[in-house]
Amino acid sequence: MAVCIAVIAKENYPLFIRSVPTQNELKFHYTVHTSLDVVEEKISAVGKSLGDQRELYLGLLYPTEDYKVYGYVTNSKVKFVIVVDSSNTSLRDNEIRSMFRKLHNSFTDVMCNPFYNPGDPIQSKAFNGIVSGMMVQTG
Amino acid sequence: MESLTLSDVEQKYYSDLFVYCDTDNTKKVASNGRVLDLFRAAQLPSEVVLQITELCGATRLGHFGRSQFYIALKLIAIAQSGLPLRVESLNSVKDLPLPRFVVGKNEAEARHAALYQDAESQGLYPPSSMAVIPRPPGRGHQNKKGFNSHKRLDLFCLYDFQPEPTSPVISPHQSPPTSPHSWRKHKRQHSGGNPDRQAVGAAAGAVWTQFREPPAAQGPGPVEGIWASHSPPPPSQESWVSFTADTPPSSTLPAMHPSSVQENTTIRTVASASTTNEIQRQSSSYDDAWKITDEQRQYYINQFKTIQPDLTGFIPGSAAKEFFTKSKLPILELSHIWELSDFDKDGALTLDEFCAAFHLVVARKNGYDLPEKLPESLMPKLIDLDDSAVPEQPPDVAYSASPVEVTPNKSPSMPSLNQAWPEMNQSNEQWETFSERSSSSQTLTQFDSNIAPADPDTAIVHPVPIRMTPSKIHMQEMELKRTGSDHNHPTSPLLVKPPELSEEAKLTASMKFVAANTVGDGYSSSDSFTSDQEPIARQRSQSGASPEALKVVAPPPPPPRPQPSHSRSSSLDMNRTFTASSGPGQPQSSTTAFPPAVPPRPLPTQAEAVPAGGAALTTTSPQQIPQQPNFADFSQFQALAASEQPSSLPEVDKHSEAGQVEKISEGAGPLRTVKSDGPADERTSTTAMCSSGPLAPPPKPVRRRLKSEDELRPEDEQHGAQKSGIIAAPQTAQPSIPRSVGKDKKAIQASIRRNKETNTVLARLNSELQQQLKDLLEERISLEVQLEQLRPFSHL
Repeated sequence: MAVCIAVIAKENYPLFIRSVPTQNELKFHYTVHTSLDVVEEKISAVGKSLGDQRELYLGLLYPTEDYKVYGYVTNSKVKFVIVVDSSNTSLRDNEIRSMFRKLHNSFTDVMCNPFYNPGDPIQSKAFNGIVSGMMVQTG
Repeated sequence: MESLTLSDVEQKYYSDLFVYCDTDNTKKVASNGRVLDLFRAAQLPSEVVLQITELCGATRLGHFGRSQFYIALKLIAIAQSGLPLRVESLNSVKDLPLPRFVVGKNEAEARHAALYQDAESQGLYPPSSMAVIPRPPGRGHQNKKGFNSHKRLDLFCLYDFQPEPTSPVISPHQSPPTSPHSWRKHKRQHSGGNPDRQAVGAAAGAVWTQFREPPAAQGPGPVEGIWASHSPPPPSQESWVSFTADTPPSSTLPAMHPSSVQENTTIRTVASASTTNEIQRQSSSYDDAWKITDEQRQYYINQFKTIQPDLTGFIPGSAAKEFFTKSKLPILELSHIWELSDFDKDGALTLDEFCAAFHLVVARKNGYDLPEKLPESLMPKLIDLDDSAVPEQPPDVAYSASPVEVTPNKSPSMPSLNQAWPEMNQSNEQWETFSERSSSSQTLTQFDSNIAPADPDTAIVHPVPIRMTPSKIHMQEMELKRTGSDHNHPTSPLLVKPPELSEEAKLTASMKFVAANTVGDGYSSSDSFTSDQEPIARQRSQSGASPEALKVVAPPPPPPRPQPSHSRSSSLDMNRTFTASSGPGQPQSSTTAFPPAVPPRPLPTQAEAVPAGGAALTTTSPQQIPQQPNFADFSQFQALAASEQPSSLPEVDKHSEAGQVEKISEGAGPLRTVKSDGPADERTSTTAMCSSGPLAPPPKPVRRRLKSEDELRPEDEQHGAQKSGIIAAPQTAQPSIPRSVGKDKKAIQASIRRNKETNTVLARLNSELQQQLKDLLEERISLEVQLEQLRPFSHL
């Protein structure tokens, strides 16, 4: 149910970003970019025991009037950002978590692919499929 | 020899046949053996064959040159059409159907022929099976999917990712991106003489031709296709099996290779090893089809061995990457192939996965688009599932099922597709079930989400997050795939949770309940406390157990004790302080006799001291605090008691105590009095005073009234304990010390307060007295001075 899903690498450059095309994509790109600050902030705050998935999920980064931004960071500092339309019936936190989990799983699969060089844009069809599945729901 | 003019179709066809016969790969001469076999296959009477041979000049030459061969073929065609064999007729006969060669009971061939017939609008091609001599037994299957066979061959050709394309027959028209040349890509030696290769080529050719069957446009194509045999790289053959873009109606290949229709689809029918047949067979099921024939599989396995000798082992991703990079496919496609074939997503390829990947690469090389999902036939069999870990079908098995007999010289052992299929299908089904299970990851996640909406109450207590890191989930998925266990993994951790949760629930419940309890008897001793809590907790835990349990996983519930009922943290500490204070308190308590005599003011101090001591003594906890409301109530009592005290302290105290007792009284009467919070002070004093028993009974009933049975129980325990001992206050206090923690707190606080007050009072008093003393001393000095002055100088 996301309107925009982004995967950002450790060095904060995007590996994958996709938005619902009907909207102004630039706006979402900008939103994701600004959300990185919040992510960094949260990462530094949650410095204690890493690795717990709960801490991997950063939760709602910040809401605006139109949408909400959720963040998730992996152990390797790869960040996932999901932008959800606020007008949508507010998704439960667990749904967002499950979305992140799916993303993380498919990202892991992409990483396992020996033909994928870390740092390259993600061009995996499977990954795209999963992302589409998440976004199509938005309609 | 007369010059021979051949139509294009004929030319192609004959070329293929020549290639087929060119076992020596001389490109010039067809081996006699093959030729004769071919002629025999023409189903012509032997004398006719001889005649043909003679006519074509081979007899003279002693061998079949290309021209002789062609002539012979034409003569065969003539003969087959019933025309008299004449050299003149070679060129005169128009519309001569291509010679037909029957190989045998090859269903495939028959079908091929049929296909060709259908396809061939021109009718040039006799309906009879244009048999390819070395027709693989399984060909029949392929026929249905001529396409498949096409593919097969191509694929097979691709096996060798050799850099140099030595495709024997590569028709320029060949549209498929992977022309047979590409076959050579693999490392295999593509020596022209490699029968396998040729077979591959031929097979590919056959594939092509089969492919082209339906398209009627390709006249020669189908016919040649029939030949689908081995194709040596005859240079002259211009018409390699072209991968026509036409999609045979029967073909169910997913992505039809865009290769353009090739007019010249001459399958190089090169007599080759059975591999070609196999290849054909392999190519036939591409999709039904994406099946891997045994030959292919064997090839794959060989390749696998070069990387990983252990067939049950894995090929690491890096090695696989290098290997497949040789195929010169774009990385993106290789990546996609990897995604498809690495079923368990472990970054390594098992034999099955490797075969699937290889197969896909071959397909891609041949121009077939990669599927979006891994085809069933390529799904790796789970090693765990399959008893027969060996993916490859033993050729023997295959053969037995093979309906068609392969000419002995051709195919040593052609595992039948049929045989391979059912097994693969089964495994596929199994695999599919697993793939369904793989979706359990979803269920796993959903499980978490289910856990989320836990009982808020319990959640509040210990909001423990569920530990399910993605990798863990992944592993679990894998496990599920592998073992097929259903949520065993997830359930185990989950199962662990409920007990923890119940504990926590208990705690919370107990705590809350205790808070409600006026009597802190339960607190007096950990046991009692627990016991108090347990029943209560049980009720609560039952309600919210499971969902909460799930949620509340991680941290074990903290000791229940330090909760609502205790305002102070560690009961033990308090007890210790209490005991410490009880020391002085005790003597005080022992001297409770004083209090009554002491003026009202000190009374409070004494009362403070007493409670301190008493609390320590009683330790029964109940007295204090736990229940603030009681405290308030008791304070009232205390007032009464205080008022009563002066009158008849001991007794009054006792009574007051008794009255106040309600609370838990530990057991000893004296101690019991201490219990109440405020009033505890007095009570303690009285309890202290009362050594034993008399008070006990009265408090008991009082207690019961106020307390719950649970509390009474511990109280009774203490009671009895105290009674039994008539223990010294401290002694009684000791057992009750733990219990009295909570109560002690209040009592201690109260006593402390009182003590402080007493202290201040005394200090004031002291200072005053000292001041007075000083004054007096000064006066005395002054008076003495005066006296001396006044005394007459007596000493004078």
